[in-house]
Amino acid sequence: MSGYRSIWGSRAGNDHCNDPPEIPRLADEGARLRDDADKKASPGGLGTDGIRMTDPNTLSPLDLETPDKTFLDANELIINMGPQHPATHGVLRVILRLDGEKVMGLECVIGYLHRGVEKIAENRTYTMFNPYVDRMDYVAAVSNGLGYCEAVEKLLNVGAPARAQYIRVILTELNRIASHQLWLGTHALDIGAITPLFYTFRDREEILKIFEKYCGARLTTHAFRIGGLQYEAYEGFEREVKNFLTFFTPKIDEYEELLTTNRIWLERTKGVGTISGPDAIALGVTGPVLRASGVKWDIRKAQPYANYKNFEFEVPTGQNGDTYDRYLVRIAEMRQSCRIIEQAVAGVPEGPIMAKVPKVMKPPVGEIYHSIEAPKGELGYFIVSDGSTQPYRIRVRPPSFVNLQALEVMCRGQLVADVIAVIGTLDIVLGEVDR
Amino acid sequence: MVAKLKGEYGSGIEPLTYLGQNYMVVDRSLIPELLQVLRNEEQFDYCVDITAVHYPKREKQFDVLWVLYSFARNERIRVKTQIGEGETIPSSVPIWATANWLEREVFDMFGIKFDGHPDMKRILLPDGWKGHPLRKDYGILQQDNEWVQINLGIESGQ
Repeated sequence: MSGYRSIWGSRAGNDHCNDPPEIPRLADEGARLRDDADKKASPGGLGTDGIRMTDPNTLSPLDLETPDKTFLDANELIINMGPQHPATHGVLRVILRLDGEKVMGLECVIGYLHRGVEKIAENRTYTMFNPYVDRMDYVAAVSNGLGYCEAVEKLLNVGAPARAQYIRVILTELNRIASHQLWLGTHALDIGAITPLFYTFRDREEILKIFEKYCGARLTTHAFRIGGLQYEAYEGFEREVKNFLTFFTPKIDEYEELLTTNRIWLERTKGVGTISGPDAIALGVTGPVLRASGVKWDIRKAQPYANYKNFEFEVPTGQNGDTYDRYLVRIAEMRQSCRIIEQAVAGVPEGPIMAKVPKVMKPPVGEIYHSIEAPKGELGYFIVSDGSTQPYRIRVRPPSFVNLQALEVMCRGQLVADVIAVIGTLDIVLGEVDR
Repeated sequence: MVAKLKGEYGSGIEPLTYLGQNYMVVDRSLIPELLQVLRNEEQFDYCVDITAVHYPKREKQFDVLWVLYSFARNERIRVKTQIGEGETIPSSVPIWATANWLEREVFDMFGIKFDGHPDMKRILLPDGWKGHPLRKDYGILQQDNEWVQINLGIESGQ
């Protein structure tokens, strides 16, 4: 940094005093840097960025003399978006095939954030793997933990005590709100509305404060343990959650005032990225995206886990399956989450927070699939136990990964600007797509 | 349902239950047909997941699994079959569109090829990568050093 700064600094000084001799010209300096970079460059002509999908052997030398007739006749343009792009919400690369501004097709290139979570799981004990699941969907870490802990509990045939179940539901639903807030802020920002970002982040902070006070972490919380909870709710936890609800409920109206009838918002979202119910089912799409297409399906209702059957709430759905409906569904889900938290916080029973779980966990030989309704959709864990302390295999069924597959169907025939809107409305987290 | 399928396919299907979850172990030869029947006649219209498990000591090294869900019946079922090293399995993309990426991930991680898949290539790892990481003989620290050196310009990713 200092090198570059000083070059520019002295060069700028030079221009004034008109005396350049000993100082190298900027162009020379640039060439030296380029030489340096060339040493690292690959022999195959690939850049140092390691862009995938290009096999150097298949590349023919660039011919600038004769124009590529087929390419021009087709009237098609291939452009690359990402992996470093502010609107892809992470390292997602999309290759767009365009006719003018219309999207004819696209291909997603993923895996830039692949860390081999499933491989790591096979080399850790059940307890040790628990914090890793937080790093998949890192904006909804609590939900990931709930799914994993419940799956292992099923395998061990233990159940978390009632008090732990209630606190779990409160934290998970708070996390759902936080996840939807982050989605709303960034999605609106992508489309051009900057104010919702400040509003949602201001309110999300209150949830993160509760998480921080409960377990010390704000994002990757590791809030739950196999068999229940590690920490008792802190002094004043219930009061603070209630305070949050009174604070937050009117804020949802504020978000709606900004967007729901906003003309720009309507123009950018209505009829954009439409997907029909049957298409969504065929593509395995779940969560708010599926519900906005009119399929009333929520695992909390269909196959209740934790103690969701104790609470009354609605499953909001849309009709058109467009970006606007998905916005409405997620807004309505925030209200429903508030309703669940309100009931849960009023009914937290006294009692233990941890079930009797052996210190060394050796689940009997067998396999289990357990899934929960994460903020993004169906999050499933398939665990194979061989009777040892380490899982033989853990497969994570990630909602973001499967939902992202629908991007092509949703974008075909739309404009380039709509691709941004659709990526936003799918609410993907690349940590979970790539695992 | 299981009784009916059992009557139809006989010894090719073995229905089992563990911890209240139903699954069936089926013969590989039944695979495209049985999945088609489950989708069309038994209303398992949502393919939740496709995955595999590697058992290197077995003669048929791989378990391939389909997790299916039916909206109409509100029921889950797992279909499991065994295949050996180098064997392929018919793709279920014509049955459920969602199988596309899920099968690509199984190929990427285990090297199991799906016949008739429209685009059978790696999905999470780079195209030129050697090896399939979720096989048991692939060590946790192992990686394709050659790829790393050529494409990232560093000695090792460790």
